[in-house]
Amino acid sequence: MAITSIKNLKEFSTNNDRFEGAHTLCPGCAHSMIVRELMNCTDDNLVVAANTGCLEVSTAVYPFTSWDTSWIHIGFENAATAVTGAEVMHKVRKKKGRLKDNDAPVKFVAFGGDGSTFDIGFQWLSGAMERGHDFTYICLDNENYANTGGQRSSATPVGATTSTSVAGTHSYGKKEKKKDIVSIMAAHGAPYVAQLAPNKWKIMAKGFQKALETEGPCFINTVSPCCTEWKFDPKDTIGITDLSTDSLMFPIYEIIDGHELNILYRPKNVISVEEYMASQGRYKHLFKPQYRHIIEQVQKDVDAKWDLLQRREEARI
Amino acid sequence: MQDLKLLANDNRGRSQLEAGFDLLGWDEVTQGSVLPSFDGDATGIANMKAEERTYSGYNSYTATVASWRVIKPVFNRDICIDCQNCWVWCPDSSILSRDKQMLGIDYDHCKGCEVCVEVCPTNPKSLLMFNEHADLEESLASWPEKKKKEKKSEEA
Repeated sequence: MAITSIKNLKEFSTNNDRFEGAHTLCPGCAHSMIVRELMNCTDDNLVVAANTGCLEVSTAVYPFTSWDTSWIHIGFENAATAVTGAEVMHKVRKKKGRLKDNDAPVKFVAFGGDGSTFDIGFQWLSGAMERGHDFTYICLDNENYANTGGQRSSATPVGATTSTSVAGTHSYGKKEKKKDIVSIMAAHGAPYVAQLAPNKWKIMAKGFQKALETEGPCFINTVSPCCTEWKFDPKDTIGITDLSTDSLMFPIYEIIDGHELNILYRPKNVISVEEYMASQGRYKHLFKPQYRHIIEQVQKDVDAKWDLLQRREEARI
Repeated sequence: MQDLKLLANDNRGRSQLEAGFDLLGWDEVTQGSVLPSFDGDATGIANMKAEERTYSGYNSYTATVASWRVIKPVFNRDICIDCQNCWVWCPDSSILSRDKQMLGIDYDHCKGCEVCVEVCPTNPKSLLMFNEHADLEESLASWPEKKKKEKKSEEA
């Protein structure tokens, strides 16, 4: 595989973009940062499929496409299915010698939002992981259905207000906990599963390269702050991502072969969940006296999760 | 400074109108339609710079979103240290970098989100936001001076 150098940013920047501008994602959207980084960390041919979501509707606005690779969109749920179909076809044609360039390496990548990964496309993704195709699934997790107006998804954390879990006098927003998709995918026995964030570009690029190199189904959950629905200023996208990784709301780690857990980033100064929540408008109501206990509850959950991750890393289970 | 001969199409957003591009309506497009990103062979695209590629009229590279912007980033070459932070985090692929050097901003694709200004590490910043209609020379002339670090008082 022709991997590109990620030794430092200067060398990384000599890559030629294969994800073009003038797409219609919001200014400051982290989706395109993540997608650009994936396209830049390899020189191989890519076959990309996308679930319905912000990324799909904004990068393929008729008559334009922002993708300089093969790209396909079918339905809300089945990017994983579509790309595994393409992978099988490529394998068979290669075996029969029917490809134009039989030796050219091709990588198969599927993108999905959190709605199509955690909820709607979950069965399709699970099936594709079980069948063991050689592809990489990347979830752009912005914790709500941002494309349709910010409805709650099963990725929305406790206490966040969304258009279908509105905070008010009788409610503090979403009451249910976020689904632990990384552990679920690792439980499929996938060779490489990780949670990454765009502010740590080198860790993320390394993770992407590892996933593309690894044979078999790989899953990566990436944090993608949504300035529209999380309600912060577009210029703070990277700052909010810093807060999310430093407050351990989004710990960065990988799980190899379903059991070998490595923590990839340990924040020097762990900040409180309160500080992370104060940076966003969707948690504003939690700072009212009657809902303060929710922040404490989330902090407890986050600490317990971090403790569990460290224990798992040590015990190799 | 912005007179860069890096852009493949100098009439972005207008190329299709001028070429008499016949677009199919929503009810005329059939299932399985393909929009080619490039005219002709697209082999080895990953190793070609933007100015070497033959973009088709369907590629969003030939389109523009400049009208989204109310403030624009202005780039000051004299202060830049080519760290490429802006390149890696620009969501709109509009930082023009060639041979490890930051050259300028693609104002047809920039949406004015200010992420590049936030991640710029120099003092003063080598990218700053100005009004969309601000003059380039005037903006560069009004660049702020280097800020001195605040010394911590000895008592503290």
